[in-house]
Parts: sequence; C-alpha cells; structure tokens
Amino acid sequence: MSKMVSTELLNEFLSGSRRALAKLISAVENDGTQARAVLDELYGKIGQAYRLGITGPPGAGKSTLVDQLAKTIRASGKTVGIIAVDPTSPFTGGALLGDRVRMHDIATDPGVFIRSMATRGSLGGLSQKAQDAADVLDVFGKDFIIFETVGVGQSELDIVEAADTVIVVLVPESGDSVQAMKAGLMEIADIFVLNKADRDGASRAVQELEAILHLRPAAPWNPPVVSTVAPAGKGLDAVWKKIQQHREFLLQDGRLAAKRKQRLEKKIHELVSRRLKQEFWDEEAQQLLDASLENFQNQKLSPYRIVEELMNKFMASLQRKMEN
Amino acid sequence: MQRKIRVLVGKVGLDGHDRGAKVIASALRDGGFEVIYSGLHQTPEMIAEAALQEDVDVIGISLLSGAHMTLFPRIMELMKKNQMDDVLLLGGGTIPPEEAKQLEGMGVGKIFGPGTDTRDIVEFIRHWAATRVA
Repeated sequence: MSKMVSTELLNEFLSGSRRALAKLISAVENDGTQARAVLDELYGKIGQAYRLGITGPPGAGKSTLVDQLAKTIRASGKTVGIIAVDPTSPFTGGALLGDRVRMHDIATDPGVFIRSMATRGSLGGLSQKAQDAADVLDVFGKDFIIFETVGVGQSELDIVEAADTVIVVLVPESGDSVQAMKAGLMEIADIFVLNKADRDGASRAVQELEAILHLRPAAPWNPPVVSTVAPAGKGLDAVWKKIQQHREFLLQDGRLAAKRKQRLEKKIHELVSRRLKQEFWDEEAQQLLDASLENFQNQKLSPYRIVEELMNKFMASLQRKMEN
Repeated sequence: MQRKIRVLVGKVGLDGHDRGAKVIASALRDGGFEVIYSGLHQTPEMIAEAALQEDVDVIGISLLSGAHMTLFPRIMELMKKNQMDDVLLLGGGTIPPEEAKQLEGMGVGKIFGPGTDTRDIVEFIRHWAATRVA
C-alpha cells in the first residue's frame, strides 16, 4: 500500500500543518521511493537547523536530559524537533518506544515536535532514515533538531554522526563502561554530560573522565565535562552554554560547512551503494548465483570467480540498457 | 515493504496503575507492532498530540479511574479536530459492560475488559489493519 505523497499533503506541510509533517516523516521512514520524492521536492527549502546528537548507555537519563534541554532551547525562543530512536526486536519485528514517558514537560508545546523511531533492523539504513526525517523537520522550520539514541551498536553511532554537536551522557556508575566505550562513544563526544550528579561518586567520576580526556593529544576542541541533575533541570544552562560554544567553534574557519559537506558526501556514497545493490541483484543475477550454489560441495569455482561472472552479467545487462 | 503498524499506548487521568498498560504495550511489541508508550497521567490533549506527531494507526488507552465516560469522548473530539478519522481508538480497564457498549457506539473501536487475552488484542488490531486499506 504505497500511496504516493500528494501535492496536497506537501502544500499542507509547507503551510505549517503538524499532521502533514507527521505523515511526511512516515513516508520517508517507510519507503525509499517516497523518501526520494519527498526530499527531491523539499531539499531546495532546507534551512540551517542545528543538529544535536545525544547518546549514552541505557538508563543514563538521556530522555530526561532531552526534555530539559528542549525546554531550555524553547526558553531562548527557538523551536525544536526531536527524533528518539529505540531498537526493533530482531525476533518479532516489534519495538517499544518509551522515550516520550520522560518528555512530559514539552509534550504539548507547539514549538516542539517529538517523533519516536524504531531501528527496524535496517542494515546501515537507519541513519539515512533518521537524517531524512531530520531534513523534513528542518524544512518545516525547526531551529534545533535533537537525535536521541541508545549508545550501543554501530547504527546508533551512525546517527550520532549525523549531528553537528554530539553529547555523550554518562552517570557516576558508568566508570567501567567508560573503559569499554573508549573506542566508540568516547571518541565521538563533543560534550560529556555526567548526569545524576547528586549521586555518590559523581565528583570522582568527573575527575576520572577528565583524566582520561587529558591523556589525549591537545585538539582545537577539547570536550568539556558538565554535571547535571536532569529532572531538576540542574546544570542544563551549562550544557546549553557548551552547545553554543561548540557551535561557535564550528562556525569558525568553516568547520561546520566542512563537516556538513563531509556528511553529505558520506550520505551520497551510502545511497549509491544501496542503489547499485538494488540494481545489481535482479532476477537474473539471483538465478546465476543460485545455479552456482546448486552444486557447491563439488564447487570448483572460487567465490571471486563467481563474483566475476556476476559482474560480467551486470555489465552486459547495463550495456543492453544503454543500447535500448 | 509492509508498513509497520504503530500503536500509541497510554494512561489517561489520575490513577497510577500502569501495570496493565505495560503488559499490553509489551504484548503488542511482541506481536510485531511499533508501540509508543506514553506513560502515566496523560491528558487527552497529550494523547491526541502524541498520536498526531507519531502518526500512529491505533491509540490504546488504559483507564481505571472511572472517568472513562468523560475522557474517551474528549479524546475522540480531539482526534476529530486533528483529522484522525482513520485512527483506531481502543480502550481497556475497569469499564462496566453497558458503558463499554455505549463507548463502542460512540466510535471507540473496542473496549477490552479485565481478563482479556492479550493475543486477542493483537489479533483484533491485525484484522482491523488488514481490512482497513483493501
């Protein structure tokens, strides 16, 4: 049931209908062809929404922090779009998206639009969809877009890379996990937030974190560590200040433009890979593969040889298409 | 690709018993749906707004406070205002059978009483979704 996106819906969207916005996000989320149609139409109107990525281990308080951060941003007169990602079960295909539970304060603020998104087990496709949804929110006119993800697994890291400023949220008990996360999360953070800072061991955790960070070679931007108690809104002004500082930093020497250009390049690479894959695996290619797998135990052809044959077939079918 | 069915599950009003809602949310997740769980103490406005933003196919409301004859009509009113005529509204909780019938007459898709097998709810939604866009 892939109904195409109607001009009517696009017009409603452009005149500010939140319902149309929700429908367009569904369209880009559900269907690659529709995503293309929508973004072809809208891309010229894309603004300069600033994108924040918030990640960290489960239970660190990310949703509460997002809630409070959105409130802080709203207080400065800016609008906010939120994309909250939770995992899809690989077994049932279902998902429980619970980030709204902590977002009571902003639930009915017309300047905030919250959308929950399931990973849907897409192989690397998730960051595309979250980015496409963010593009739609951007065109709708949101000033800030916040991605919230669970900081485990590669696809989540991809989403966070779609952000201009990445915030990694930790808690005093994260000590050991910080060790484990050195390679992943620790490297992508522009700002560290130590949440639940009213708990025992908070100041030691901050010290440890800062000690780890000091071991790094000095860089033009050294990630600060900010302590918060999110439900009370404590420390949120400091987080907001650091975000603005990081934004200022990126705006110097064309860093933000370079970052976004790089992101666009990566996105185009990914889209080309997906498109080629789709084109490549037509019925004929699948049959050719099936035939070579038929007798695989007596198989004398190396996998490389089979790929070579598939490639030849692909090139030949391209040739035919060109001639027609 | 088959479109995922999205369901908003929430509790409206003042009662703080969210066990039922959580059981339903988990059962629907296990049924393969994408469940947006909104948690306790939602107002009808919050439910309608969340349903709009999340572009859900189904809204499931758990209500144990006794205020169902006020809150369900209010939610339906807001759904209408948001042009959500194609969204299925379901209810659950301690609702007397005669009032459940009344609500169903007013446009609530179905009221599931205590003791309902969660699989029946999953089936009900699947069946509804299959017949909806034929």
